[in-house]
Amino acid sequence: MRNYIIKRLLLTLPVLLGVSLLVFFFIHMIPGDPVEVMLGESAAPTDREALRKQYHLDEPLQVQLVYFFKELGTGKLESIFYHQPALQKVRERLMATLELALAGLAVAVVIAIPLGILAAWRRDTWLDHSAMGFSLLGISIPNFWLGPMLILVFSLKLGLLPVSGKGGISHLVLPAITLGTALAALLSRMTRASLLEVLGEDFLTAARARGLSERMVILKHAFKNALIPVITVLGLQFGALLSGAIITETIFAWPGIGRLLIDSIYTRDFPLVQACVLAIALSYVLVNLVTDLFYALVDPRVRYEEGS
Amino acid sequence: MRNFRIIFGATVAVLVIAVAVFAPYIAPHDPDEQNLCEGLSLPRSGHLLGQDKLGRDQLSRLVYGARVSVIVGLSTVFISATIGIFVGALAGFFRGVMDQVLMRIVDILMAFPGILLAIALTAVLGPSLRNIILALSILGWIGYSRLVRGQVLVEREKEYVQAAMALGAKSGRIIWRHLLINTSGPVIVQATFGIALAILAEASLSFLGLGAPGIPSWGAMLNEGTSFLFTAPFLSIFPGLAIMVTVLGFNFLGDGLRRLLSPKEDVSRI
Repeated sequence: MRNYIIKRLLLTLPVLLGVSLLVFFFIHMIPGDPVEVMLGESAAPTDREALRKQYHLDEPLQVQLVYFFKELGTGKLESIFYHQPALQKVRERLMATLELALAGLAVAVVIAIPLGILAAWRRDTWLDHSAMGFSLLGISIPNFWLGPMLILVFSLKLGLLPVSGKGGISHLVLPAITLGTALAALLSRMTRASLLEVLGEDFLTAARARGLSERMVILKHAFKNALIPVITVLGLQFGALLSGAIITETIFAWPGIGRLLIDSIYTRDFPLVQACVLAIALSYVLVNLVTDLFYALVDPRVRYEEGS
Repeated sequence: MRNFRIIFGATVAVLVIAVAVFAPYIAPHDPDEQNLCEGLSLPRSGHLLGQDKLGRDQLSRLVYGARVSVIVGLSTVFISATIGIFVGALAGFFRGVMDQVLMRIVDILMAFPGILLAIALTAVLGPSLRNIILALSILGWIGYSRLVRGQVLVEREKEYVQAAMALGAKSGRIIWRHLLINTSGPVIVQATFGIALAILAEASLSFLGLGAPGIPSWGAMLNEGTSFLFTAPFLSIFPGLAIMVTVLGFNFLGDGLRRLLSPKEDVSRI
């Protein structure tokens, strides 16, 4: 297991380097003069010069790269708009995004697991077809439409829940449903498929032969074994939830990192864009790493196959 | 059930493409024609889906919006599939160092969340249809390359390929004439799902204000509509429905095709 962890950590290093390089080159991909884009055409020449110096844009590319990693490491990358370290701003917002992503995950699990079990249990019946049709619908509903529709019904028409912002649990309900629905759809299909694969195994035939009811066979024996791939997908999708929260946060004015990213794009605050992209990508990579390690922990076949 | 999926999906796909192609003949009004006095008017005869804040006919804008979705969906899939098939075929056929290098690049890119890269790239390059397609294609090819590599690795060991090699056929000919033809089924399925994903991604970017300016697009219409959610909810409902039905159609088509082309996977795969 130790070798597997070391190997997996080493494999993460080039990914982190690749992500950081990509983020570094963002500013250089801006067509034209990035300083003019950030400050606008009417900016005074002295301001332009100051910004060019601040971001070392007057230096050769390799020197800029060294400065970039140095400032990143010391946390000195500064937001143009907020005039404070970009990483500090990102840290403040990351917790709100994490809270939302966890709530979305909870919604997905609560909907998907029973739906998947039901579909596998009643395979090829109208119940199965309806559950899977519903899940295909869930994958196809854009969350930037689901969110406003939920606001329309539950906030504006029924007045049950707040429209936007961050406060108590009530503020979390609609964003969590918006974020979690697509994952619920995917997870229910995964649960069904995973259960169907396990249901044909000999140990379940043996359980049935011992006189256990089908309900006990599924809930007590099959489900536990079907859970491993489901948990893996859950972990991998949690990373996707973190990046997918960008849209949900924009709809519900949730003060998370996604909203900060979009706001910094509008204000052309590219150092903050860099910091946000880096933070989201790093969280994504780390969550995937933890999921992989967890998978290897619960299923020894993974570390043996990877090791060989 | 399988036929229903394919029939429903194919009908939606053909309809959306037909609407996009024949938009000037179908749209009842000029999509950019403003009539400020009639801004936010409810659906009625003459303007079946109502008018937006500038008094533009929403039905006509929806019809023209299909063009953006179709162009982005098809172009992104075409570019992504072309690159992905090329890379996957090279990695799978030649194996060894080439496979290792290409697949490590794929691993690194896979670690990057797709929508985030698309948002960041569109923000940096500037919002335009070309840049959206570029941003979506940059990560879009990865799935195809992994799929084709896997298929080619299996196929290249089969007797008909070994026979072609023994007869002295060149690598390019074997890949093009034998391997790719025999791996086309899963690629077609993936491409169908890919169109749905690209349409959704474009609509997401447009919703966030990063879409192509000056062209009616469903995501941008939905974005504008959310500002009038209470007074004119129809401005949000119809563009969202258009996106959902289109994406659902392509997803159904992909699902039906997968079951048709890979019957063995019918039960076990999601």
